[in-house]
Amino acid sequence: MPTIVVEVMPKAELLDPAGKAVAGALARLGHTSFTNVRIGKRFELTVEGPVTDATLAQAQTIAEEILSNQVIEDVTAVFEAK
Amino acid sequence: MAHVADTVENAIATPDKEQPYGALGLKPDEYAKIREILGRRPTSGELAMYSVMWSEHCSYKSSKIYLRQFGKKVSPKMKEHLMVGMGENAGVVDIGEGWAVTFKVESHNHPSYIEPFQGAATGVGGIVRDIISMGARPVAVMDQLRFGAVENPDTARVVHGVVGGISFYGNCLGLPNIGGETYFDAVYQGNPLVNALAVGVLRHEDLHLANASGVGNKVVLFGARTGGDGIGGASILASDSFDKTGPTKRPAVQVGDPFAEKVLIECCLELYKNELVEGIQDLGAAGISCATSELASNGDGGMFVELDNVLLRDPTLTAEEILMSESQERMMAVVKPEKLDAFMAVVNKWDVETSVLGEVTDTGRLVIHHGGEEIVNVDPRTVAIDGPVYERPVAYPSWIDELNTKTAAVLPRATDGAGLKEQFLELVASPNLADKSLITDQYDYYVMGNTALAFPDDAGMIRVDEESGLGFSIATDANGRYCQLDPYEGARLALAEAFRNVAVSGATPMAVTDCLNFGSPEDPEVMWQFSRAVEGLADACLEMEIPVTGGNVSFYNQTGSNAIHPTPVVGVLGVIDDVARRIPSAWQDEGQHIYLLGVTREELDGSAWANTIHQHLGGRPPQVDLGREMELASLLRGASLESLLGSAHDLSDGGLAQALAESVVRFGVGARVWLDDIIDRDGVDATNALFSESTGRVIVSVPREDDVKFQGLCDARKYPVLRIGVTTGVGSDATLEVQGQFTVSVTEIRERSAATLPKYFG
Repeated sequence: MPTIVVEVMPKAELLDPAGKAVAGALARLGHTSFTNVRIGKRFELTVEGPVTDATLAQAQTIAEEILSNQVIEDVTAVFEAK
Repeated sequence: MAHVADTVENAIATPDKEQPYGALGLKPDEYAKIREILGRRPTSGELAMYSVMWSEHCSYKSSKIYLRQFGKKVSPKMKEHLMVGMGENAGVVDIGEGWAVTFKVESHNHPSYIEPFQGAATGVGGIVRDIISMGARPVAVMDQLRFGAVENPDTARVVHGVVGGISFYGNCLGLPNIGGETYFDAVYQGNPLVNALAVGVLRHEDLHLANASGVGNKVVLFGARTGGDGIGGASILASDSFDKTGPTKRPAVQVGDPFAEKVLIECCLELYKNELVEGIQDLGAAGISCATSELASNGDGGMFVELDNVLLRDPTLTAEEILMSESQERMMAVVKPEKLDAFMAVVNKWDVETSVLGEVTDTGRLVIHHGGEEIVNVDPRTVAIDGPVYERPVAYPSWIDELNTKTAAVLPRATDGAGLKEQFLELVASPNLADKSLITDQYDYYVMGNTALAFPDDAGMIRVDEESGLGFSIATDANGRYCQLDPYEGARLALAEAFRNVAVSGATPMAVTDCLNFGSPEDPEVMWQFSRAVEGLADACLEMEIPVTGGNVSFYNQTGSNAIHPTPVVGVLGVIDDVARRIPSAWQDEGQHIYLLGVTREELDGSAWANTIHQHLGGRPPQVDLGREMELASLLRGASLESLLGSAHDLSDGGLAQALAESVVRFGVGARVWLDDIIDRDGVDATNALFSESTGRVIVSVPREDDVKFQGLCDARKYPVLRIGVTTGVGSDATLEVQGQFTVSVTEIRERSAATLPKYFG
């Protein structure tokens, strides 16, 4: 079945406590080459029939209005999974 | 944005450069004043600092002239137990045995509408840091919430977010949430109120203040890194009304991290224990701008700061953004150079990132360098203390006389017992009186193991000393409907009710904190409401001899021309020498006598009955006699010392009917009550006997063996008392019988009360 992927990330200027916790854990485990971690979300929307520009646009709308909280998150990508 | 730091030198060289003061929330005359103070144009960094610190939220520029009353209307007795009064991060009260309590309530209204979860969460975080900065260990929180109409779909969004945010932050910190208020009213649609109160406990010698003294002492920033959170939160967001099209000022919110705050609490307490800090201040609204200018103003007057030393989460932040950022979980300390190593050892142990920003000077100037250049050079007092003060126009509201004539006394009343029963159940199930456990069950309230009372009791109570049982009790109140009818009386009523709620728990009221939530100060009618409410509260505090120790003003709770009802939340703190002596808020045993203390008048104006049954608001709020309230508190204290009471419950919203409903539902112990004596003595009808909201009233239950003693106590103090009933059966067939009127099963009351909130927010 065709699938549309939506990726949502916390806004760049805001604190990401979970990402910060993972970054701290990586450093404690000796992985010192990574300076920062940010954690976002990935949604996979299974589509009835082929993915069209219309379904992509609909997914974009859903991503912005329902799947993300635009006050503190950005939709960073909406694309068809290959 | 590409950025070249605007230096002081540059500001002198380019006096005519256009500056975006309007976008930063400054008025043209305020900008002119800054130029006059500096004798030149401000640098962009200075402009950023002045704009946030001179905002309504930080400077209290519209409220200052009124708030001064709290400092003037004081008697010697009010200062007796006050260790720290208004003006510090939070007031501190001596509760005896070497213990002190610090407490404060603050608003986080605007962010909580835009982003309810994070807004409410960071509201809790912010008030908890105020408590830490006094040298205290936080021990409890409470929240005073006002939401829009239950049936409006946007209300559910706000309720879920706010309650989730409060429980997330508070529960993660491990702090019990021991009380508060939740009201729904269409006037708060689009302008919900999220007030957060925190309480901390300290030994007298642990008291810390926010000042930077001792030339050469180091200025240290520690806690979370500085990021782009909430830039302009204080100046733009909390100091302006929402326009009609809804929230547009989106980025000015912050994201909190309660686990970082928990570490910060423990870290600070260890720093205090080892005497490693001279002065300390939390970073809240206006961030580094506020902390540096306030610390310097309250100390030796000068400070030098190297802004490049601020640890950044986002290295692209400009100097102005660093100065204005409201990133959470940060503190600023003043540390003696010889103690710096020991200080660093403690923060390193707790894994708290720390950087030395600069030092205390005696130059009388706050000087900030960035990239090796001087970008700020100001007298810190002009930023933090001597901000603009406005005497805003005040106008008597054009609508209020007409509102005051529309009394609820003329509304149709129930004509028989069946009608009264129907109204009784309708009130029990109304959103403002219904069971709030859907909300309160999301909070931890017994964590830490010192909670003696919590919801649904009239007040929250915490044990402070595990050996002696010394503890405190806190209750908060504000009836916006009464305040709309008369803000002066409304504020007095709020104090009277919070005072009474503390008294019914068995504690002695000692101190007050307030959070004054109003519409736009630029509306003269709102300003009139504010001036009257402050005057009412200050007069009432003087009369009851109980000091206001601190608080907060929140203006601009208004959408377009629609302001909220004036909502002056009043919190009263009381002390009890042994929490084991606390009075439960509901009866637990059958066969106890039920007494009504106080007199019932025909007072339905502004009542829950008028609101629920008739959707009516008009007339005059109930009379309040503060001397009587003090006599009542003293009577309850006397009864509690002799352990005469099985329970005590305050009468307020919903009157006697609601107090009875709550008393039978709590432990499932029924009651048989008669209204005849109230009706005969006070000359009121059954509707008023049940639903009037006359003040100075409490119902108590007294075990039969203490009956004579209790009556003797009331006679000796000449407080009006009537025996109105007896507690009856326990179990599934328990009932509330109002003799000659109606009988209703306790199960039905419970079910009706418990069904409302889940229906809208389940």
